[in-house]
Amino acid sequence: MNRTVGWLLLAALAAGPPLALAAGQPFYVDILTRLVCLAAAATSLNLILGHGGMISFGHAAYIGIGAYAVGIPAYYEIYDGWLHILLAVAFSALFALATGAIALRTRGVYFIMITMAFAQMVFFAVVSIEEYGGDDGLVIDIRSEFPLIDLEDGLTLYYACFAVLLGTLYLVHRVARSRFGMVIEGAKGNERRMAALGFAFYRHRLAAYTLAGALCGLSGAMLGNFTNFISPEMMDWTRSGELIFMVVLGGTGALFGPLMGAAAFLLLEELLSGWTIYWQLPFGLLLILVVLFARGGLAGLLEGRRG
Amino acid sequence: MDAGLVAAQLLNGLQLGVLLFLLASGLTLIFGIMDFVNLAHGSLYMVGAYFCATLTDVTGSFLLAVALALPATALVGAAVELLVVRRLYRRDHLDHVLATFGLILCFDTLVQMIWGPEGMAIRLPAWADGQQHLPGGLVFPTYRLLIIGAGLAVAAGLYVLVVRTRLGMRIRAGASNPAMAGALGIDIGLLFTLVFALGAVMAGLAGMMIAPITEASIGMGNEIIITAFVVVIVGGIGSIRGAFVAALLIGLIDTMGRSFLDMGLKLVMSVQAAETSAPALSAMLIYILMAAVLAFRPQGLFPPKAR
Repeated sequence: MNRTVGWLLLAALAAGPPLALAAGQPFYVDILTRLVCLAAAATSLNLILGHGGMISFGHAAYIGIGAYAVGIPAYYEIYDGWLHILLAVAFSALFALATGAIALRTRGVYFIMITMAFAQMVFFAVVSIEEYGGDDGLVIDIRSEFPLIDLEDGLTLYYACFAVLLGTLYLVHRVARSRFGMVIEGAKGNERRMAALGFAFYRHRLAAYTLAGALCGLSGAMLGNFTNFISPEMMDWTRSGELIFMVVLGGTGALFGPLMGAAAFLLLEELLSGWTIYWQLPFGLLLILVVLFARGGLAGLLEGRRG
Repeated sequence: MDAGLVAAQLLNGLQLGVLLFLLASGLTLIFGIMDFVNLAHGSLYMVGAYFCATLTDVTGSFLLAVALALPATALVGAAVELLVVRRLYRRDHLDHVLATFGLILCFDTLVQMIWGPEGMAIRLPAWADGQQHLPGGLVFPTYRLLIIGAGLAVAAGLYVLVVRTRLGMRIRAGASNPAMAGALGIDIGLLFTLVFALGAVMAGLAGMMIAPITEASIGMGNEIIITAFVVVIVGGIGSIRGAFVAALLIGLIDTMGRSFLDMGLKLVMSVQAAETSAPALSAMLIYILMAAVLAFRPQGLFPPKAR
């Protein structure tokens, strides 16, 4: 059931934008591009949150790092797309490796607060660098340049982001199903037992944490290209909260969960914000209700599980 | 370097430190006793500030407004505990984080609906709105000295409450073994509500004290709460003494770093390099401190005794 809905959603995303353009509604292509980028970010978070049980509250930092990996070279008029992607992935992975090495030594609430604090560290660092706009952000005048692919074309950009989403889904799926994935899933279930079985799962966790960061950095680079404007606000800690919400709303650990969650999240945001300027109130209430009464998320509801 | 400037910045650091302590002590109590992660603690800080602003307008007296706003904030805290938080104690930390994230959205929007998007300033009474001439020729704002004094008094009062009173004994009993405390006839449900309300009062008080300087504004708690988390982590979760030491330490380091780091850097690098890197580095200073503490003591400086 879950998988069916997931595949249907992917099919709709594959076919949607040309239809929207044909119907004269380019606005929807923008929404779908944002959806696809955020879904890729949420899917990367699901690798550590859903499969590994690591509640990272700083995942938006990688979106920011990825976006600035496009923005800062563009500021110096370097537009080579492959270089942008290399920088986005490398710096995200490096930051995840360095902070994860410390954060993963801790458990539970310490881990939540530390990941949050490290993300906030990047946030404040970027805010205080006035050369790159500080608080006001940075305009990207020309998008990343690739041979044969022109990201200035909205539809091409959309399919590039869609390809990133597909790649992220595939990679997370493969990793979760591998022996490596079983180890982090086992450590989530019972650390002591995994240690007794002889697994040094700290290294597995750190590798998963780094991979998730790198993947999220990639989606951040795409998001930065899409918005043409980047600012520290992209990695505010409330953005990390929204990513977690997407994962949980969709259903933690389910392959298509984050995609469904991101779709539901953006749909709600569009509907509610069109209805009232105070849309965050029903949104927040809904979030509380989902936590209290629908713990399996959308994936859980589709499977007929509850509470 | 001017000795008077250093002394003034030390006092500013102390003032930030006592504010952080008021926030962090509530967080650490709630976590230590109920094992509950409360992201919405900063919302109570904001609610306290807005209550105080309105009541100052209505009554014309800042002190009377604080006296009335404290119980009002306690009521809001108790209501949050009874309506939402109480249902989550048995859940995992992910659910705590998500539900209280939802609460933040609700609080921010409700404040916007009630008080409007603009901030609210609080006018200080004449007796608090001057300068004091301190020994050594130092001139420092009266109100900031009052904040330091009040904060230290509250810290002392909290110590007496927890260590010397019957309620404090129950709180400590609830912290070390809730089930046993319940079996001995302590009403655990009531105790938890009281502790949550106590935390709300202290957060609210911090908001009321800072509002005359910065004004009450939407989302004012969302930034400082992360710093309060850093305090709680560095101090050791559940330790009030740790929160006190860490709050003063972080208040001082943050303030001194922002004021004097560029001078220190100019000694070891070029003036221009120092001026570019100092703001970013000083913004990151407390997070670097946190990482350093955790690398050596993953449980913080004053880890609570093992249960």
